[in-house]
Amino acid sequence: MAAVPLSYYLVLSGILFFCGVLGFLIKRNIITIFMSIELMLNGVNLSFVAFAAQWHSLNGQVFVFFVMVVAAAEAAVGLAIIIAVYRTRETLNVDQVNLLKL
Amino acid sequence: MTLTSYLWLVPLFPLAGAAINGFFGRRLPKQAISAIALLFCGLAFGMALLLAAGFSSASAPYSCDLAHWIRSGTFQVDFSFYLDQLSLVMLLVVTGVGFLIHIYSIGYMWDDESYYRFMAYLNLFMFFMLTLVLAKNYLVMFIGWEGVGLASYLLIGFWFTKDSAASAGKKAFIVNRIGDFGFLIALFLIIQHFGSLDFTTVFNAVTPLAKETSGAGFLTAIGLLLMVGAAGKSAQIPLYVWLPDAMEGPTPVSALIHAATMVTAGVYMVARSHVIFERAPEALTVVAVIGTLTAFFAATIGIAQTDIKKVLAYSTVSQLGYMFMACGVGAFSAGIFHLMTHAFFKGLLFLAAGSVIHGVGGEQDMRKMGGLRVYMPWTCATMGIATLAIAGIPPLAGFWSKDEILWQAFNVSWVYWIIGVITAFITSFYMFRLMYMTFGGDVYRGATSPSGHGIDDHGHSTGHGDGHGHDPHESPWVMLGPLVILAVLSIVGGLVGIGNHFEHFLAPVFQGPAVEAATEGASEAGKSGLEYLLMAVSVSVAGLGWFLAYLLYSRSPQLPARIATSLGGLYRAVVHKYYIDEIYAALFVKPLIEGSTAILWHGVDQGVIDASVNESAHAARELSDNVRHMQSGNLRSYAGWVAAGGAVVIAYMVWMGVTH
Repeated sequence: MAAVPLSYYLVLSGILFFCGVLGFLIKRNIITIFMSIELMLNGVNLSFVAFAAQWHSLNGQVFVFFVMVVAAAEAAVGLAIIIAVYRTRETLNVDQVNLLKL
Repeated sequence: MTLTSYLWLVPLFPLAGAAINGFFGRRLPKQAISAIALLFCGLAFGMALLLAAGFSSASAPYSCDLAHWIRSGTFQVDFSFYLDQLSLVMLLVVTGVGFLIHIYSIGYMWDDESYYRFMAYLNLFMFFMLTLVLAKNYLVMFIGWEGVGLASYLLIGFWFTKDSAASAGKKAFIVNRIGDFGFLIALFLIIQHFGSLDFTTVFNAVTPLAKETSGAGFLTAIGLLLMVGAAGKSAQIPLYVWLPDAMEGPTPVSALIHAATMVTAGVYMVARSHVIFERAPEALTVVAVIGTLTAFFAATIGIAQTDIKKVLAYSTVSQLGYMFMACGVGAFSAGIFHLMTHAFFKGLLFLAAGSVIHGVGGEQDMRKMGGLRVYMPWTCATMGIATLAIAGIPPLAGFWSKDEILWQAFNVSWVYWIIGVITAFITSFYMFRLMYMTFGGDVYRGATSPSGHGIDDHGHSTGHGDGHGHDPHESPWVMLGPLVILAVLSIVGGLVGIGNHFEHFLAPVFQGPAVEAATEGASEAGKSGLEYLLMAVSVSVAGLGWFLAYLLYSRSPQLPARIATSLGGLYRAVVHKYYIDEIYAALFVKPLIEGSTAILWHGVDQGVIDASVNESAHAARELSDNVRHMQSGNLRSYAGWVAAGGAVVIAYMVWMGVTH
């Protein structure tokens, strides 16, 4: 079975990351933004494992585990913050969560 | 010689007094303050007397090294004191007159609310003055020199809530600073050429040097710069302007600092540096000319003053001029002799004037006095003695010292002598004028004056109802005592000069050309006839001044006004002190203020320093105003900036990758 070329993985990873960026910039719902971040992280993860497979190095895979751990923690904290924000502000629109603005 | 090893205690006693009164005086009763001030000043005086008892003209100079101060390579300066015949004379004058004035101050300043501050300042002054007099090198002398300037500033501006007193203090300090500048440069020159500031070392190095007769060299430069310093401290032309203004201070201060001791520091310094001056004839000539001119010039101003203390102030400037004249003709011991007698009679004159001012409730204008001999006989008698002494009537103190100076001046040039004799005439005139205006006549002209709150307002403004009525009254004995003692000294103080005793006592210090010249003149029997002739001339001139003053101010008091109007412009010029203050203001003060305002203030300070700070702040504000809009609080715009930044970094890396 012919190996899938590295560039395919990278292009896919780039597309995922770009989707994440775009979603982050465009969307107003804080949960969608949160999901976009996860999307970006996964895009990066994909390029890590692709490189790891290409160069037969475990470093990339170890990185991915770390990213996943951090992402899980982030999800826990982030979702907790989102719930707290919703309880006080009764909205999930980030444009309205701007109390720190001068 | 166990006593001399405690020499350093002499200046330290008054310092201790100043510290105790200065730090704790606020909480002490006035009796305790007086006791402390008198005790420490008296200890210094007693010590000086003990030192004098064991000291003769044959005694070797004694020096006392306290501690090392500056050590830099071969250059070193120590805290050390020095006692020879010259410093002993100064020591006795300063502690003796100072002690009497301390006693007097108790009476004079008793009602003042800052009594403790006054006493602390007086003791502080004594400390610095004794340091100046006992210094063994120029730097320790300079400490005292600056210190007495500080004490003088503090005491002139003692009533600092009064605007004129505060600015008079500043004026004294600033004018003195000009002189100190010259003194400092002289010290730098001495260090450069001799590598030391120690009197003995420097003078030993100077002694073998030749006289700078053919051309002016560095000794002349040092001498002239030292004279600049002396002119500042001792109020000589052109720096004398601060002394008349210094009369804003309390009268005991005028007596102690601005008549008897501090202003003579310049004479002492020139006399101390006589080794340098003797080898710089041109500098010495400058000293003599400045002294002679000042003596004459200040005396003429004294004629037309109506403020009793201002007359005495100009008289002091004039008498200091005599001392410099003496130094300038090489008669250093005559100068020191006059310094001593002047300390007695001028101190007495000021204290008596203070007694008068005290008695008439703060008035200083002589036109509002008159007839006071009835009210205050003791003051009148003692002041009369001092007037006779300063006028040069034999056998009082001033006669001996002034005549010695005039005789020595005549030996050098008759021009000095002529001006000196004319000055003696004017001195006699204005002093007797003061006497007649103050004590003479039958009418007390101040009685109708509604206000007793004159210029020298020392607490009488509050205490006027209780006991200080409108009639003049004699001062208490605590004030009259010093007057009487000083009057005795003014009578007998000159007798030490008979047979050149004083000069012989100082001979170990001034041995060299000065003494040679003096003995040349005095020993030749043929010339002594001439000396008696000159003596007769100066005495008759003094008598003439007295007679003229009697004529104008006692016989026909309406005459002076008529003379004044007929003289017109000249009289106005004299009344306004020849407009010297105005000329200085136009020549130096105004250009300085305007130049500083236009260039330094508006130009450099506002234009460059302030502007650069303000402009940089303004630029930062402009810049950050633009950047501020990035901080919108909008989460997605932040993300956009992050993404854009990331894009820029990636683009940069790609670009770099391509070019490599």
